[in-house]
Amino acid sequence: MRNILTIIALVFIAYILVFTVSEMPPFGAHDNPTNNVVSERYISEATADTGTMNAVSSIIVDYRAFDTLGELTVLFTAVAAALSCIAAHSQKA
Amino acid sequence: MEAIVLRIISRMLIPFIQLFGLYVIMNGHLSPGGGFPGGVIVGSSMVLFALAFGLAEGQKKVPHGISLIMEGGGALWYGALGLVSILAGANYLTNKGANFPLGEPGTLFSSGLVFLLTLGIGIKVASTVVTLYYNLAEGKAHD
Repeated sequence: MRNILTIIALVFIAYILVFTVSEMPPFGAHDNPTNNVVSERYISEATADTGTMNAVSSIIVDYRAFDTLGELTVLFTAVAAALSCIAAHSQKA
Repeated sequence: MEAIVLRIISRMLIPFIQLFGLYVIMNGHLSPGGGFPGGVIVGSSMVLFALAFGLAEGQKKVPHGISLIMEGGGALWYGALGLVSILAGANYLTNKGANFPLGEPGTLFSSGLVFLLTLGIGIKVASTVVTLYYNLAEGKAHD
């Protein structure tokens, strides 16, 4: 009984997923929503906007600097979590 | 066992590895690279030192206090530079709008905030690699 319920649920989820994929725009088509004005703006104006020759670092550290602040916070949290786990274990022993 | 080949080769290589890491960090706005890969290169050179000469020698070169200051200081430097933009009357972490000197594109000291933020990212990532390695290796020695 449980197996049958599981199969029914999986078929339902698979139907939703396949339906979503079939409605997606074709891969690489030029009029996709992802091919908008933003990437053109980054390529043509990055040097004038930020003074960097490297468009990648102009995006990482200037246009999306707030995102990079989050990445640094992730690193800090990872180190803090690892160190507190180690400290807790070595105190117990 | 005395790993004499490892010690001599790593003693010769580590200055060049650290120089290359600093080059990748400082040229983050000019060439491929930046704070994250450059920081990993600098940090792994210190890990190589600790592997070749032992953990105690490595911790003499980078003591706990210094790695702790680098760890918090890198992130704090990044966040505090964002506040400088607010003081200049623009949004958080704004570069050109907050009148940071952009300089001549293509030269080393250019691009205002990007250069300073990349330095902070490099310090932070390098100290993360070093701190994690030292503490994990220490934890193994305790048991």
